Amino acid sequence: MITSLSWLKNHLTTKANLNEVAEKLTEIGLEVENIKSSNNNLDNFIVCKIVKTQKHPNADKLKLCDVDVGSGNLIKVVCGAQNARDGLFAVYAPPGAVIPKTNMKLKVAKIRGIESYGMLCSGYELDTTSDKEGIIELNKKEKNIGEKYFKNSGEKTMDISITPNRPDCLGIRGIARDLSASGLGQLKKQPPIKISQKFKNPIKVSIKNEKDQGCGIFGSVYIKNVQNKESPEWLKKRIISLGLKPISAIVDATNYVMFDLNRPLHAYDADKIDQEIIVRNSKKGESFEALDNKKYTLHNNMCAISDKSGVLGLGGIIGGTRSGTEMSTKNILLESAYFFPSPIRKTSKILNIDTDAKYRFERGIDPDSIKLGLDLGMCMILDMCGGEASKFSIVGKIKDKRKTIDLEPEKFLKVIGFSITNLEIKKILTSLGCSLRVSGKKIKVLPPTWRPDLKEDIDLIEELTRIKGYDKVPSISPEKENVKDTLNYRQKLFHFAQRSAASKGYTEAVTWSFTDSKTDTLFSELKNEIKLSNPISSDLDVLRSSLYSNLIIGAKKNIHRNFEDLMLFEIGPVFKGSKPGEQSTMIGAIKTGKYSRKNWIEKERNFDVFDMKNDAFRILNEIGIDSSKIAVSNNTKKWYHPGRSGLLTLGSPNGPELGYFGEIHPSIIKKLDLRTDNVLGFEIFLDNIPQSRKKIREAKPQFIVSDYQKVVRDFAFIIDEKYSSGEIINLVKKIDKELIKEVKIFDVYQGENISSGKKSIAFNVTLEPKDKTLEEKDIEEVSKKIISTVQDKTGATLRS
Amino acid sequence: MENFDQIESDILNKIKNVNDRNSYDKIKTEIFGKKGVITELFKKIGSLDQSQRKEYASKLNSLKENVNKIFEKKLIDFDQSEINNKLKNEKIDVTLPGRTYFSGKIHPVSQVIDEVTSIFSEIGFSVEEGPDVENEYYNFSALNTPENHPARDMHDTFYLNHSKDLLLRTHTSPVQIRTMLKGKPPFKIIAPGRTYRHDSDQTHSPMFHQLEGLHIDKNINMGHLKGCLYYFVKKFFEVEKVKIRFRPSHFPFTEPSAEVDIGYKIQDGKIKIGEGDKWLEILGCGMVHPNVLKNAKVNSKLYQGYAFGVGIDRLAMLKYGINDLRAFFESDIRWLEFYGFDPLDIPTNYRGLSR
Repeated sequence: MITSLSWLKNHLTTKANLNEVAEKLTEIGLEVENIKSSNNNLDNFIVCKIVKTQKHPNADKLKLCDVDVGSGNLIKVVCGAQNARDGLFAVYAPPGAVIPKTNMKLKVAKIRGIESYGMLCSGYELDTTSDKEGIIELNKKEKNIGEKYFKNSGEKTMDISITPNRPDCLGIRGIARDLSASGLGQLKKQPPIKISQKFKNPIKVSIKNEKDQGCGIFGSVYIKNVQNKESPEWLKKRIISLGLKPISAIVDATNYVMFDLNRPLHAYDADKIDQEIIVRNSKKGESFEALDNKKYTLHNNMCAISDKSGVLGLGGIIGGTRSGTEMSTKNILLESAYFFPSPIRKTSKILNIDTDAKYRFERGIDPDSIKLGLDLGMCMILDMCGGEASKFSIVGKIKDKRKTIDLEPEKFLKVIGFSITNLEIKKILTSLGCSLRVSGKKIKVLPPTWRPDLKEDIDLIEELTRIKGYDKVPSISPEKENVKDTLNYRQKLFHFAQRSAASKGYTEAVTWSFTDSKTDTLFSELKNEIKLSNPISSDLDVLRSSLYSNLIIGAKKNIHRNFEDLMLFEIGPVFKGSKPGEQSTMIGAIKTGKYSRKNWIEKERNFDVFDMKNDAFRILNEIGIDSSKIAVSNNTKKWYHPGRSGLLTLGSPNGPELGYFGEIHPSIIKKLDLRTDNVLGFEIFLDNIPQSRKKIREAKPQFIVSDYQKVVRDFAFIIDEKYSSGEIINLVKKIDKELIKEVKIFDVYQGENISSGKKSIAFNVTLEPKDKTLEEKDIEEVSKKIISTVQDKTGATLRS
Repeated sequence: MENFDQIESDILNKIKNVNDRNSYDKIKTEIFGKKGVITELFKKIGSLDQSQRKEYASKLNSLKENVNKIFEKKLIDFDQSEINNKLKNEKIDVTLPGRTYFSGKIHPVSQVIDEVTSIFSEIGFSVEEGPDVENEYYNFSALNTPENHPARDMHDTFYLNHSKDLLLRTHTSPVQIRTMLKGKPPFKIIAPGRTYRHDSDQTHSPMFHQLEGLHIDKNINMGHLKGCLYYFVKKFFEVEKVKIRFRPSHFPFTEPSAEVDIGYKIQDGKIKIGEGDKWLEILGCGMVHPNVLKNAKVNSKLYQGYAFGVGIDRLAMLKYGINDLRAFFESDIRWLEFYGFDPLDIPTNYRGLSR
């Protein structure tokens, strides 16, 4: 909502200056977002004179004009208008100006080979008339050249952000009332209107009694024999200060009343109305051309203002061209109506129309302002355009839904924290327009008709606090007491896992929860992707079902910038369905490129699967899963390299999934144009990490160590390649769980000297006796058992 | 009797010239070997006269001891000179780089969530969470924002279906409802999380982070809200003085509602929080609306309290001088490493919020 100090002063007696007013407004909840000197865009349009026209050398219909814009030099403008001629005064828009109709910014452009510096404007382009033919012809003199076409008063304006609960402040008077309540001035009385209205409104108005009728009251006045014209300077300036363009006295008057009193009006050319006005629900398929020059096709049950021939306009939203006023209009019907908020909103959403009137009606107009609006609008039009007004016709009635609110001053103290006297309550609420009556301990308050937001006592308490000032609220220091743990188990786990991953060298990324369906599907097993109905762009069209999607898209951008050795992770939600809660928390991490590049101390090598396995294991260890409980198998997902990836499960290969690690499938890497062939990752399912019933200190066994020497023995076998290291380790461990402390693979070899289909595997076994020192024969015995077991179970042979 | 002094000086002269372990061994045999000088002297003890024996033995032992000491010293000298020789050849260029290592970073959003959690933990708040996908009811209606209410225009919403009843939460406030519905008052919670609005430009990202706060008890008034937020702002920005302004505003789910501005100034091209005469909006808050309590099955005659919502990304930008919101989510490794935090920098009360 835009206003100036002088306009406010129409309603408010105050000595305060603009800054004081602005500060107070912000203090009472009408936030002044900025103070501007004038409307910059409209300032660009300048009165000019066409000094000379000649034919464009390359186009028959174009003219080359030398234009005097008051800058000293003549400016070359290419113009297509027929009426462009020598000596004509016109409106010039320089490069940089934004054309109101199209919102296009002008540039210096070559038109058929000749540069044009700006343009000469038509009324259509300036959005002041619908006349597309020819440029505006001004009745000006030499001295006017260079003046602004849209004259502003030069006065500063405030842009006030009005919250949706305050429709009353969408009019200057409402803002003035709030200021007066806050003590910054006195609200002026509205001057009485005395117009002789002798004849009856000849246009019959009816509101059809239908279900979902969107109109409650339709008031109108018929004004005959008007002479429409340009508005006087004062009105034009006010209209321009709002960022609008003056159109004609009649239209400007309706706009003025809307912004002055928050009372939208509409003026019809009465001669274009076919017999009578019928306010009714629309039928599907009915259509009309609106004042924004667009044709709208209506659905059922929209509030249509119509006549015998059809729809004239949408009530409270936008009028139609068929009954629009023009300079030549002789008789008008001025409408001041009440439309219900909810249907207004529904209709405008469906048809995607946003107007100043709609904005006000959907927030709630004072239903008692019908006559107020007719009075002021009629007065202004009679003043400017002459004519004679009929009696008002007011059709329809709505129920006064206001309820008396019981306010207990005690409650104010209880909610706000400081006390307020009955006298203060009375003063503040009265100045806001409420009527009050004290009844025992309670104050009975009837809010004014223009405050649909005041419905219960808390609304009044807010008003009192706001006007008293939020700075009066005491500040009570918080108590430092903890009743509950700050984080629950899952939250702690998240926190540990996050820092654990980062401490392995991964940099945390936070990426959007949505992603590109084309990428996500590569990492997903969902049958149905989770589509957004209204994605922000086509490559962010689904909720991610994997953390890999965005990580890899992010990695790609980095790699294409030549940062090819990357370690990134994200911890956060992935989605399994489109219902609340169908999401789980995961860690996803990727490495691309090399562990080390050309380097004096280490061999150059790629990141590999065992880097990922290590990291995944260490993170799982750090969040409380013992390595001995993690089973590793190669039953992995389609997005991994089938031979170079692993599944980590809890307890056994069939246990709950803890995570996956491995190389990303080469065909995915290729498809995504990653410009590297080495991309690896791991995923950890945090939701599958079981919560231990015991604290670590409780779960630990007693500290017992053996006093006897441990013994290490090496073994090497040639074995069928199908046996995994894990299987062999388990096999050996099982031989004597008490004695065999550790089995460690130290060499795996395939190739020369080993027949194909076989591999050589070497490991050492650590024996740790509990009750005696091992003698050579004991060791020999266990060794034999190890050899025979491995041989018997796998057909391996001892390597000599 | 032998001239022990003379013998000792002879031996010492011999040892003095020993420079390698071989001649050392040889000399040692000459002295202590089977036929060694000192061995021979010991052999003589038996043949000595009782009167001489004691003095002889004493002198001989002292000689042996002295010689032994010299030998030991010689050995230490050998070791030392061998080590010294070795060291001469073992010089490396320590300015060469060491082996590869990787240091990861924590994203500023995560860091700030931890900072904020630490602050609120001190004054008794615990953490709650809610789903990213919400029902229309929890996101709007239960929060006193009925359908077809203009307040919904303040939230450009992502929908998951055309009936518009499933959506991505536009704020963390639905967690208020979920928390109250599943428990019994009092409630004292914060809820950090992802939020979504259909908006994208320099200062808006379609996804951002919010922190919700809710404190409901029997006598919690607007003064407690003010005190809590003063405490938070001061702690978070780690400043002694802080200028805060509570400005009336409107949110359907709180009444009275306020927006909170903090004072700042620009000094040497950097933003300085807490002083100066410019105002910056950092959060929205208010007393929970009775209708919200009703929808959450809390008796509003007995219980009341406050709620607030603060933009986490914005807090991070202000505290750490980050300009572009969109860069938060672009995974540019240069940005992440520049603005990221060491994983060991865990914000705590006792160790300090930030280094």
